[in-house]
Amino acid sequence: MTNDDRPDVTDDGAPRYDEPTGQYTTGHSWDGIEELNTPMPRWWLGIFYASIVFAIGYAVLMPSIPLINSHFEGLLGHSDRGEVAADLVEMRSERAVFADRLSGTGIDDITADPELFRFSMAAGKSAFGDNCATCHGTGGQGFKGYPNLNDDVWIWGGTFEDIRHTLEVGIRAAHDDTRFNIMQGFGQDGFLTRDEINDLADYILAFSGLEVDAEVQQRGQTLFADNCASCHGEDAKGDRSQGAPDLTDADWLYGGERADIQTSIYSGRQGVMPNWNERLDPEIITALAVYVHALGGGEPSLPAIVPASMDDSAESEIVTDDTNVEAETP
Amino acid sequence: MFLRIHKYLEKKSFALLLGIIGVVSVGGLVEIAPLFYIDSTIEEVDGMRPYTPLELAGRNIYIREGCYVCHSQMVRPLRDEVERYGHYSLAAESMYDRPFQWGSKRTGPDLARVGGKYSDEWHNTHLQDPRAVVPESIMPPYVFLAEAELEIDDIAGHLAANRALGVPYTEEMVALAQSDVMTQLDPMADDYDGFMARYPKAIIRDFDGNPDKVTEMDAIIAYLQMLGTLVDFSEYEADLDENLR
Repeated sequence: MTNDDRPDVTDDGAPRYDEPTGQYTTGHSWDGIEELNTPMPRWWLGIFYASIVFAIGYAVLMPSIPLINSHFEGLLGHSDRGEVAADLVEMRSERAVFADRLSGTGIDDITADPELFRFSMAAGKSAFGDNCATCHGTGGQGFKGYPNLNDDVWIWGGTFEDIRHTLEVGIRAAHDDTRFNIMQGFGQDGFLTRDEINDLADYILAFSGLEVDAEVQQRGQTLFADNCASCHGEDAKGDRSQGAPDLTDADWLYGGERADIQTSIYSGRQGVMPNWNERLDPEIITALAVYVHALGGGEPSLPAIVPASMDDSAESEIVTDDTNVEAETP
Repeated sequence: MFLRIHKYLEKKSFALLLGIIGVVSVGGLVEIAPLFYIDSTIEEVDGMRPYTPLELAGRNIYIREGCYVCHSQMVRPLRDEVERYGHYSLAAESMYDRPFQWGSKRTGPDLARVGGKYSDEWHNTHLQDPRAVVPESIMPPYVFLAEAELEIDDIAGHLAANRALGVPYTEEMVALAQSDVMTQLDPMADDYDGFMARYPKAIIRDFDGNPDKVTEMDAIIAYLQMLGTLVDFSEYEADLDENLR
């Protein structure tokens, strides 16, 4: 086969009408293989040109081209950040109705008002899921080291006001007035020997039913009086004003096995709950307090049980708290 | 005429290559290059500083373990995100990130504002056994972080590398990198004040509850606890025209 026998190899031959397809070829031919010059479908071309026109219009209306010092902001002046700011203003104004009614209100007034209570529970539940459930569990059931919020065991108090205050200032948190105490590591810091810790653990477990022989009981009692009673009380019933848990009940934050209690005494416990006053709006904190209070273990508020003469001062204290929170929250 | 040039380019591959480079670079020159000099790219904020050496080490572990595969660090300017996570992220907040960890895949929650949201102890438990505190979690456990000693011999090199990329670490910061790691873990350290002057708002404490050993857990918790906490939003005016995008 000589070169002359090969089919035409031309790049720019004339387009040829192709009988079977009814289309013209491009005129290109590679070793006899030709290419049809079928036009794009009309509908496709239409969309193509329309999207070019749309892109030009979009670039003119919306923020688009970077310029010398700033960007072209578009004729509509659209801003994502402006939009979210407006959304938030709208949301806050919707909430403001309830926020105003919630601020400075006691739990009794809130529960007495079905609409306000419903709002608090709904807002509280949603904020709980976002912020609290991570440690306290989705149902508030708690985990080892993170208190169960469904029961009536409270370390820092279970009234509506107590709960709200804990939410605001946190526990061992960054807030200046945070709830704070130190359960030190009595073994780690060298205050108690291993034997003493064993005795003490048994003595503590005896409150919730463990049978302990008299000698251990005796030694434990002395150790308890010397080391523990100043916070947990002579009777080990705890002291909520300083966040010392009741050691006589069967509820244990860090586990009720002998080993758990020994560890607690040996290395101490320093659980932390963040202060939420900087992250959450005051009305959301109030709503959360209502929600947690209603989970099952909420206690009646103090003013209801103190004599009438103290009533006023207790209430004015709460109001002062609120103004503080508002001032601190941006 | 265009068709004739086109015909020429179709036949000469090198000329076609040059043509393609020319056309493609238009997009880059017009849309990307100006971002390096126009003012509206990065907001002016108070409080941003480079990572402390310990935080940087934690960040390296974050990247090494691929945390970014499931966690984004970018609160978008949308109402529900701002409601859940806090103020939307600013470009300024990742200006010292090489590379940034914005991401777009959220198997886990966004972490841009996780700093201070949970306790150190929670992070420690959660990293070692996520289901101990969040039963429905599908995050893998990272037990070894609590065991693995943090490698700090080369930390000065990491600072120097970041400095070469434009992060404003000073000579002093690079020189003290290794001792600064130890300082951040010890509230009683001698150089407490010097450290706080170099890295304002830094958190100084033992993060993993084990003061005897400098672990990778210390580093990653230090990093997580500072995320999104540097910019002082009480000073930042989000509504100013120059801050709107």
